[in-house]
Amino acid sequence: MENANFLVVEDSPTMRQLISFSLKRFKNAKIIEAVDGVDALKKLSGPDKIDLILTDINMPVMDGLKLVSLVRQNAQLKNIPIIIITTEGAEEDRERGLALGANAYISKPIQSSHLIKTISELLAV
Amino acid sequence: MTEESKAEKFLELFNKGKEFTEELLRENQRLRYRLAASETEQKPAPDEVQKLRDQIVHLTEENKRIHERFSAIEEENKDFANRYIEIEEQNNNLANLYVASYQLHSTLDFREVIQIVQEIVINLIGAEAFAILLLDEKTNELKTIASEGEDVMPNIDQISIRLGDGVMGQVAKTGESYYVNQDIDGDSGSVSIDKPQAAVPLKIKEHVIGLIAIYKLLQQKDSFSAVDYELFSLLAAHAATAIFSSKLYSQSERKLNTIQSFLDLLTTTS
Repeated sequence: MENANFLVVEDSPTMRQLISFSLKRFKNAKIIEAVDGVDALKKLSGPDKIDLILTDINMPVMDGLKLVSLVRQNAQLKNIPIIIITTEGAEEDRERGLALGANAYISKPIQSSHLIKTISELLAV
Repeated sequence: MTEESKAEKFLELFNKGKEFTEELLRENQRLRYRLAASETEQKPAPDEVQKLRDQIVHLTEENKRIHERFSAIEEENKDFANRYIEIEEQNNNLANLYVASYQLHSTLDFREVIQIVQEIVINLIGAEAFAILLLDEKTNELKTIASEGEDVMPNIDQISIRLGDGVMGQVAKTGESYYVNQDIDGDSGSVSIDKPQAAVPLKIKEHVIGLIAIYKLLQQKDSFSAVDYELFSLLAAHAATAIFSSKLYSQSERKLNTIQSFLDLLTTTS
């Protein structure tokens, strides 16, 4: 997938940089960063058409689960693939995230190769 | 029927039988001849047979060689696949290390550095409950300056251990990392406030300034992997430098402020 626009929603600058670093494997990828759900919604209404959202769950102001549910309710945004990347590794958390409409759920610490594979599969559809 | 006509009939029958037998014998002879002729026609020359036999041996050997080469290539392929996975893992670790060190050295604010160390321990090491302890060189005591997971390990935020005491005191004294699954005293399962799952010294060269103690890993992470040990030590080394630099910087900032205030006071009084 070339020229994809990714939205990385993370309150931790370290994780934002780490995820962005992994996404650079996609040719001409544009990485837009947001620090929480509210910031992400602002970026989603901006000029860049987002191809995929990667979001953490635990964030201040608005968490990742709320963001997923708002994106899925929005007619213009509802088809954007969403990957949840979180420290919450319990099965019920995973089920909850997927039930809200996330396409994939990755537990931290992340393996770059796993993240790339998941993104490639989602964008190939 | 008279005796004479009976004899004539018998003779006639006998002659017919004789003719038939002769004819059969001729046919037999003819077929034998044809068989012999066709056998002679189809039988290859002895040197041709040998040539074909040699070819069979050669092809069988070549087939065996190809099979062996195929197995060797298959093995080589497996090695490459494993190597690829290893390189991917190393690549991942290098990226982690690069990002972590970049973040750690991006600020001189002590609280910010500690916050980054916490983020790294949670997100890259995969710890749920942990404490960052710094050594007070005046009292020779290790004290918690930041922690996570008080619900898992009560009093994690109030640890105070003398240098050389217990597992953590020894880690700070010797500068050697400790991992519970490397414990040789047979008590490898128990984790308590003074005996964490892992303790890695924060050291600048041989000078220990504190340690990171991990009490519980995230639910999805069963144990430390081989690469974790290396990554954890490297991250701790970067964290130590960043913590030390930021501490020195804040101390020098405080001193500068004091001197500045003193100079201001002198200027105003004169």
